Amino acid sequence: MAIIETRNLTYTYPGAAWPAIKDVSIKIEKGEFALITGPSGCGKTTLCRCFNGLIPHFYQGELQGEIMVAGLRVQEHPIYEMATHVGLVFQNPENQLFALSVEKDVAFGLENLGTPREEIRKRVDWALELTGIYELRERTPTELSGGQQQRVAIASVLAMQPEVIVLDEPTSFLDPLGAKKIFEVIYELNRKLGITVVLVEHRLDLTAKYADHIIIMDDGKVVLDGEPHEILNSDQARLIGVGIPKATRLYQILRTDEVKLGGKVPLSSEEMAEKIREALKHL
Amino acid sequence: MIEVQDVYFTYPSGVEALKGVSLTIQDGEFVAIMGENGAGKTTLVKHFNGLLKPTRGKVLVDGVETTKVSVATLARKVGFVFQNPDHQLFSETVEEEIAFALKNFGFSSDIIEKRVTWALNLLGLAQYRKTSPFMLSGGERKRVALASVLAWDPKILILDEPTIGQDYQQKEKLRQFILQMKAQEKTVVIVTHDVEFVAECNPRVLLMRGGKIVADGEARKVLTSPAVLEQASIVPPQIAQIFIQLSDLGFQKEVIDVYEAREILLKAFGRRKE
Repeated sequence: MAIIETRNLTYTYPGAAWPAIKDVSIKIEKGEFALITGPSGCGKTTLCRCFNGLIPHFYQGELQGEIMVAGLRVQEHPIYEMATHVGLVFQNPENQLFALSVEKDVAFGLENLGTPREEIRKRVDWALELTGIYELRERTPTELSGGQQQRVAIASVLAMQPEVIVLDEPTSFLDPLGAKKIFEVIYELNRKLGITVVLVEHRLDLTAKYADHIIIMDDGKVVLDGEPHEILNSDQARLIGVGIPKATRLYQILRTDEVKLGGKVPLSSEEMAEKIREALKHL
Repeated sequence: MIEVQDVYFTYPSGVEALKGVSLTIQDGEFVAIMGENGAGKTTLVKHFNGLLKPTRGKVLVDGVETTKVSVATLARKVGFVFQNPDHQLFSETVEEEIAFALKNFGFSSDIIEKRVTWALNLLGLAQYRKTSPFMLSGGERKRVALASVLAWDPKILILDEPTIGQDYQQKEKLRQFILQMKAQEKTVVIVTHDVEFVAECNPRVLLMRGGKIVADGEARKVLTSPAVLEQASIVPPQIAQIFIQLSDLGFQKEVIDVYEAREILLKAFGRRKE
């Protein structure tokens, strides 16, 4: 069952001369780990804002077409209702943090839903532990580094345990090991709790291996949509300027040299190293 | 030339962000500063244009101590692009944003016009000339911030996380531009977590941890040493990871470039003579 479905979705920001997304029709299934990528300015963030109703309710502007999320027609349900189903981690963490302590920021969403105090306590601690910021719980978010702020933003959405988590370049300020750990946590929540994940990312080297589904946008439109190994191996993906993982790129280059490495196209270094090892055995 | 001599820096809050950093960056060098969150990377580069002054030790830019000149004077020579573009953008149009510093430096209006057009074209922003920076996407705002600094042609360029929100083509343009700066004997210092970008550029890499420099060398050496990298919370680039995993087969480990990887593998598969 699709948990997010759009049909011919077109949206223009107030006062903008042209639409930011055009005729977008996608389906994201319940429990999927979906990756949205594409050149800078192609409409990725705009699309994410439609998933929890920020568009059209907050940004106004002109929305055409259909969008259903968790069985609700987004145009007809206010943001506070959509927010119980869809958690959004913004690109810039400063835009979503406001409380005087990390703990209060993480608890805020649950307090608004009227969650019992004990349950809030439990879930806030759980989210702080998962994102590795338990020690920072009494600090003021505005005084933290960019990377730490991103963890707070992620924790505040995780604490709500929504059905869908939408993350817009959630680790851009984090160091690579920190980013890797966050992606692993998100992946685990996806696999164990069945939370649907929609991740916007340019750095496919770090993230392609987690995805079941990849959507590539260009100039406001969806240009490729499907299974990651297939999509990332297509010439079209490379020509749009998507950052194909280096392991995939190496596989493609060797293929033009007629070195045949068996099986599926690799997306990670582990998959590529294994293929080379196998091929050398049979030399 | 930038000289950092045994610099310590403590923030008013009491956090000791730099604990004895010494280094020299020559004209025309391209340096990437990497390391975990809170290692002191941004604090260090903020010393290069005098935004921060050492608590102890000295920083000299072209032989002049940063405590002896104003940030405004140093800015003409040292351009700084912040991590978060929203911390530096404020004008009503992209064009005005880029022209702002040029006006302050007293350039004539026809030079300003030329420099603004040049910077807009370089960063693929010409279509947004009359647009408000705040209408643009995160990646585009980042490029406006970069354009506004490149426009005055500083001799030393400091870029804090320049690849955030940038797609592959934009990164490739940035790489070409940095190489061009280098060819003109200009200095480029980037602070970055983007290991794949660093692997493609192969600059000098400084790894920081806990307010100190823990490694200093060519990217292909530093980015292929898992033990050193782990200390600094860096994951090796994908190509390096492949060769590290295959090191038991006798492959060399110091590989970060796709085309070099290709040559090595073609030899292994008997398609190239040794």
